[in-house]
Amino acid sequence: MKLMWFHLMPYTELPDDFREKHPSVWVDIHSSLFDPRRAHLMYNDFMDELEFAAECGFDAVCVNEHHSNGYGLMPSPNLIASALARRTTDTALCVMGNSLALYNPPTRVAEEFAMIDCISGGRLIAGFPVGTPMDTCFAYSQNPSMLRERYYEAHDLVMRAWTEEDTFAFNGRFNQQRYVNIWPRPVQKPHPPIWIPGGGSVETWRWCAETDHVYAYLSYFGYLAGQATMDGFWKEMDRLGKDRNPYRAGFLQFVGVAETREQAYKLYREPAEYFYGRCLHVDPRFAAAPGYTSEATQRAGVVGQVAQVARMRRFDTLAREMDAIVEKGYVIIGSPDEVAAQLRQVATDLNVGHLMLLMQFGNMGKDLAKYNTKLFAEKVMPQLTDLFSDWEDRWWPQPMTRDVRASLTPFRQSAMAAQ
Amino acid sequence: MSEPEELSVEINGFSCRVWQKGQGPKLGFLAGFGGLPRWIPFLDALARERTLVVPSLPGFPGGERGHTVLDSHLDWVLAIRQLLHKAGLEGADLAGSSVGASFAAEVAAIWPASVRRLALIAPWGLFDEQAPMTDPWAQRAPDVPGLLCADPEHWNQLKAEPEGANSPEWSIVQTRANEAAARAFWPLGNTRLDKRLPLIEAPTLLICGEQDRVMPRRYADRIAAAIAGRTEITTIPGAGHLAELDKPDEVAAAILRWTT
Repeated sequence: MKLMWFHLMPYTELPDDFREKHPSVWVDIHSSLFDPRRAHLMYNDFMDELEFAAECGFDAVCVNEHHSNGYGLMPSPNLIASALARRTTDTALCVMGNSLALYNPPTRVAEEFAMIDCISGGRLIAGFPVGTPMDTCFAYSQNPSMLRERYYEAHDLVMRAWTEEDTFAFNGRFNQQRYVNIWPRPVQKPHPPIWIPGGGSVETWRWCAETDHVYAYLSYFGYLAGQATMDGFWKEMDRLGKDRNPYRAGFLQFVGVAETREQAYKLYREPAEYFYGRCLHVDPRFAAAPGYTSEATQRAGVVGQVAQVARMRRFDTLAREMDAIVEKGYVIIGSPDEVAAQLRQVATDLNVGHLMLLMQFGNMGKDLAKYNTKLFAEKVMPQLTDLFSDWEDRWWPQPMTRDVRASLTPFRQSAMAAQ
Repeated sequence: MSEPEELSVEINGFSCRVWQKGQGPKLGFLAGFGGLPRWIPFLDALARERTLVVPSLPGFPGGERGHTVLDSHLDWVLAIRQLLHKAGLEGADLAGSSVGASFAAEVAAIWPASVRRLALIAPWGLFDEQAPMTDPWAQRAPDVPGLLCADPEHWNQLKAEPEGANSPEWSIVQTRANEAAARAFWPLGNTRLDKRLPLIEAPTLLICGEQDRVMPRRYADRIAAAIAGRTEITTIPGAGHLAELDKPDEVAAAILRWTT
């Protein structure tokens, strides 16, 4: 199976009384809480952590896109991915992803992803989320009633931009371009693997099946809450006559590993409580935009993640303290053997071949994030990699072979020497 | 309160409900934010003196999913123009509230001969940076009734699920109405109607709820100043943004007085 290291890049210094004094971590979070000089250090720590994860042997490092968000400091994950392309060698770069309808024209995404694919020698996984209501409809003011149609159209445009050899005119409902002809073109042919982060909507599952894209369920509420969604996904694949190849799916899970479970509890308690207490503090005003959720999905009773949090808050079922966070499976903690056994079980139960692991979360500092990452790589990873070895991962990057890829110049040594 | 006659017309392949009631010269009414999921006392008050014709806007209750094919403001305005024409309102007096008022103003501006007299309750379509219109969509559910009506109970009565209604369809239809309004007015409510106001020649009454918590009073002043035809502003005490829900008799009386 594939073990992927995911970073949200949370601002790590939201005040203790954030939940009491501020209405929302997202959309209208106050600028006075953001100190760019502190963010300078955070970004550099986060990028160190991603590079470290790559060095430790994770199959991929993952970044994602959020706007006006106190727990996600990557309005442009492509900036981070391009830096990682230069500071990693064999690790896949999973940009999870670019919200297609936010780019005008959407060929911008085709171009930037092609750049990353070229710079990295074909290591890109191209994620195409619709984007949350907070990001797309409120922070970016996209019309919620047209968002999905725009998204699907932008997807088709990007696919054509990547695959058609000749300049073409695109006469879409929302996008008209006379000359579509992107330079550069992606290394991977016909195009980089495409992954779709989504909620639990049947329409998204069907679309992923139809387009042969990976479906990734990026929930913050762990494997217990994720089981029903993944069961639904696989039942729909059965219905559509698709195989149960676990690599059709990705799943996000928070993990904290230490020498013992007790130690893990102590070490990861503060960052976990910071994340579930402060980072998910989203004003319910922004949880839904009319039209964002399709009527079929409304009928099925499926709600988005932040709407889910709003509901949990109303019924007081959102866990914010460590005992409940662990008990509900939001975060898996334990010794390496315990975590390995549990993740093996999770991957098997959910039938997910791509586990996307959040090993830095909340206000976790770099030392602890690196400790978590290293211990996992050394003692957990070897116990998991054999899983699903009977299946072919058709959705993994196909990079250029090492012998034809550029060798990176070790700039740091020469820069240090110059000083 | 008796039920109206219910007809339907087709716009872009979608059915739009048209309610009709009363006698006398025709008066059209285009619903406000949230639409008309049920017949309300305000409509009865108008129908007592006029043949009241109430076509549903695309996507609003009674208007199916007609909004989903309207991608631009031109699409919207043409759909409303066809709707009024097919509902038999060509050349009639026309009233509207919030969203509906904005479209009524558009039609009067672009096809001056199609509207005799105009009565607009808190029309959308402009955005004043000095006095921003409240975001009607980014609201916590419990705050919505008090935002739209001076007495929240009036909104609740409009939106209460009738006994025996098909749940969750009822709530889906209400969400759809918000979506249809969003499709035309997201994110600021600004369709740049101000550019077209000078084309309105019809005598125009602007009706403001004194307790309108969505749209500051200066919007009515700006609109009145820009319209070419004769204008008057009337303020309804005890009424909120959807003044027709809070004070049905007073708002109806003002409209009837203006259009008689």
